[in-house]
Amino acid sequence: MNSVVRTLTGFRDWVDARFPLMQLWNDHLARYYAPKNFNFWYYFGSLAMLVLVIQIVTGIWLTMNYKPGADLAFASVEYIMRDVEWGWWIRYMHSTGGSAFFVVVYLHMYRALLYGSYKQPRELLWVIGMFIYLTLMGEAFFGYLLPWGQMSYWGAQVIISLFGALPWIGDDLALLIRGDFVVSDVTLNRFFSFHVIALPLLLCGLVGAHLLALHEVGSNNPDGVEIKKHKDANGVPLDGIAFHPYYTVKDLVGAVVFLIIFCAVVFFSPEMGGYFLEHANFVPADPLKTPEHIAPVWYFTPYYAILRAIPNQLGGVIAMGSATFMFFLLPWLDRSPVKSIRYRGWRYRVALALFTLSFLILGVMGVQPVTPEFTWLSRFCAIVYFLYFFFLLSITTPDDSRGFVRYYKLCLRGLVWALTVGFTYSWIKGLPANELDKTPLMDKLDSPSTYFVIALLLLAALIETFKFYRQDVDAIPPERVRWS
Amino acid sequence: MKRAIVMLLALLIHAPAWAKAGEQMLHYEADLSNQQSLQRGARLFVNYCLSCHSASFMRYNRMGRDLGIPDDVLKANLMFGTDKTGETMAVAMNPQEAAQWFGVAPPDLSVTARARGASWLYTYFMTFYRDPARPTGVNNLAFKDVAMPHVLWELQGWQRPLYSEEAGSGATPTITHLELESPGLLDQEGYRRAVQDLVNFLVYLGEPIKLKRQAIGGWVMAYLLVLLGIVYLLKREFWKDVH
Amino acid sequence: MNEQGIDLGRRRFLTTAATVVGGAGAVATAVPFISTLTPSARARAIGAPVEIEIGAIKPGELQVFKWQGKPVWVLHRDEEQLKSLPELHAEVRDPGSEEAQQPEYARNEHRSIKPEYLVMVGLCTHLGCSPTYVPRADAQARGLGSEWKGGFFCPCHGSRFDLAGRVFKDVPAPRNLLVPRHQYLSDSRVLVGGDDSGGVA
Repeated sequence: MNSVVRTLTGFRDWVDARFPLMQLWNDHLARYYAPKNFNFWYYFGSLAMLVLVIQIVTGIWLTMNYKPGADLAFASVEYIMRDVEWGWWIRYMHSTGGSAFFVVVYLHMYRALLYGSYKQPRELLWVIGMFIYLTLMGEAFFGYLLPWGQMSYWGAQVIISLFGALPWIGDDLALLIRGDFVVSDVTLNRFFSFHVIALPLLLCGLVGAHLLALHEVGSNNPDGVEIKKHKDANGVPLDGIAFHPYYTVKDLVGAVVFLIIFCAVVFFSPEMGGYFLEHANFVPADPLKTPEHIAPVWYFTPYYAILRAIPNQLGGVIAMGSATFMFFLLPWLDRSPVKSIRYRGWRYRVALALFTLSFLILGVMGVQPVTPEFTWLSRFCAIVYFLYFFFLLSITTPDDSRGFVRYYKLCLRGLVWALTVGFTYSWIKGLPANELDKTPLMDKLDSPSTYFVIALLLLAALIETFKFYRQDVDAIPPERVRWS
Repeated sequence: MKRAIVMLLALLIHAPAWAKAGEQMLHYEADLSNQQSLQRGARLFVNYCLSCHSASFMRYNRMGRDLGIPDDVLKANLMFGTDKTGETMAVAMNPQEAAQWFGVAPPDLSVTARARGASWLYTYFMTFYRDPARPTGVNNLAFKDVAMPHVLWELQGWQRPLYSEEAGSGATPTITHLELESPGLLDQEGYRRAVQDLVNFLVYLGEPIKLKRQAIGGWVMAYLLVLLGIVYLLKREFWKDVH
Repeated sequence: MNEQGIDLGRRRFLTTAATVVGGAGAVATAVPFISTLTPSARARAIGAPVEIEIGAIKPGELQVFKWQGKPVWVLHRDEEQLKSLPELHAEVRDPGSEEAQQPEYARNEHRSIKPEYLVMVGLCTHLGCSPTYVPRADAQARGLGSEWKGGFFCPCHGSRFDLAGRVFKDVPAPRNLLVPRHQYLSDSRVLVGGDDSGGVA
């Protein structure tokens, strides 16, 4: 036994003299000090890594049997599901993994909103993370075409048409993406290339950069205080613990809990009621017939709802694009010196709660068929969604701000009131006057646009009461992390 | 306001149901554990469906293995186009000719159950009714103006629709229910059971691995729970340093 | 951090337990991944036993059929060719077919069920090339010398086999050519790849 250990140690030293093995191990695991007060929200980073590995491994295996061709793709997926030994398992892991990736990443991002993890000095970390998110959306979009079912086909058709809505270059751009006049075999083949090699390479690179940036600045924590400010004689942060073994064993628990949920879906409900694998996607793509009800996969639905809420093609596309782009600006919109929601004022809490609610409602709206009620609700939620980002700048800027910020705040107030007045006016005009006498007033008013206008008025009033120029801090954060 | 509240509640509680609102669907849950039913369903499928529809992703020997049908029985009773048990369930008819006869080529049925669901299939088979306006002489409540004739008529007989009384002038009357006009070989209960067999088989056909998948899932869950216990104890042990 | 009261034994036990149970899970996960690499149901359906018609093969002639995507030879040996087999015992490596390169019923002088018909997989046992059938008449053209009584010559690495697929000494191929499981359904129909013993391939 001893000689085995000695041989292994010898080999390690031999490698270490030629490659920074132990240095890497120490820098990123054994002597990477993370705050000791991580909570539930801090599992999702390592879980995202786990899902990435699952997706890459199952993806490699699927690629062994999948055939990217309009005549072959659908049949080759069923071939994997039936004829290849255990092929069904690998395919379900990959399809479930796609959704799991977004679940994990959304929660990971939400953690940053809660504890201000995007703030100085972690702005770049956040921006890299946002690029990962964008790449992931691209990866999901390209991958969704591959099964070549009805949803694959028409989903790709719709999303490519979004690019077609851009002025001047739109049509040519759409043509360039498709490589044909419709979504076709050519499109499928190039999407396959993007999905299996281009974006995964980019994704892995970005994840590497994300980790390097994280280990440079160190992890944030639920108290939002910097553990690097207080170090002991050896330079070890007083509130830090070594990532390995403490967080490796803790993340292991998280990983197993995640796998339990993941496997429950894979083995007992891989379609997840039509949300992970859509029913219409079991019909082979038919370029001549759109399915009756087309909805994107759940992780795109909030943006899809925003797109549909805007009664203008280009406007919708811009709104949808900026809904994603807004996240990039977060580090510079939120100017509060306090990171964690624990020590921020009620204004931020209300704003975040409204934002969360609107995001969720938009997500639900995105899978519903279009009705006037839903359209108005989506519009209201879209306004709340965007207000969150503008609002952050207002509530977090000190009273005595000058220049741009001051004008900006005036503009924002003006915008909200203009929207409110405009919609109120069109609503009053929209009430047919001659019928007012015949039908009871309450029935007349009971329409989605009424609720929309009332909600907008309330929102404007709410913003006014927020008084705009106040620091949103209601408690002094502690110097060091709280730990029981 | 009441409406708005109801709307929101409906949204939050069972959002997906909205997509299907308005359709009258009979409810049916497929039972894959009943092997005898699956065997009867396979027989119906081969006799009534396979002459026009294919199931080109399904192999005969897979079906035999899963449904407990020995090879010789399989060859004698369920295979008409081929005698190689490894073959897929292809169709005898030429798809182009079929498209000419029916207006559309009969779709492959391998994964139809996954696209449509058991309830829809059940409703579909139960609700063919006489409609002289259609070239096939029949229409269907689940699939309006369907191109497929009522293939199972000799089993079910013919149904005629009864319309609602209240239909005013101009409004298209709605069908309230269907009445058996002339009986077929099976009585109503017998036909209902035959349809259930067929739907069970179609659901099996959509995903042959389903039962095995769930069985494996049980073992995986058990293993992961054990592993969870161990890693939890491990974490607690190491974190004694921190607390 | 409190250094006292650490139960090192318990810690080591739990680490080992987690490693063993987790490792078992990892191995169990690897099994399905590896089994996806085995021939699929489609490959097995295509590779199922095939029926071939051999009635039209003239004496001295070789015909090639396909089974599992591999060339299967049927050689109809004439009297003279059959007579050559016992004469080569000293020159071939495994004259008595001791090695399991044929089913039991083909373990004889002529390595076949019926002496005149040889059914054999046409892939060299060296590195898998398909040898060429060289009857006695063609020996000169192939440079195989006047001693050549007919047989098979592998163009890749020069291995030689006699008319029963037995490998000659002093060539790279280690074993006789493979005789697949087969059976006669009638005088002229042969099932290749399976037989009544239930064995396949």
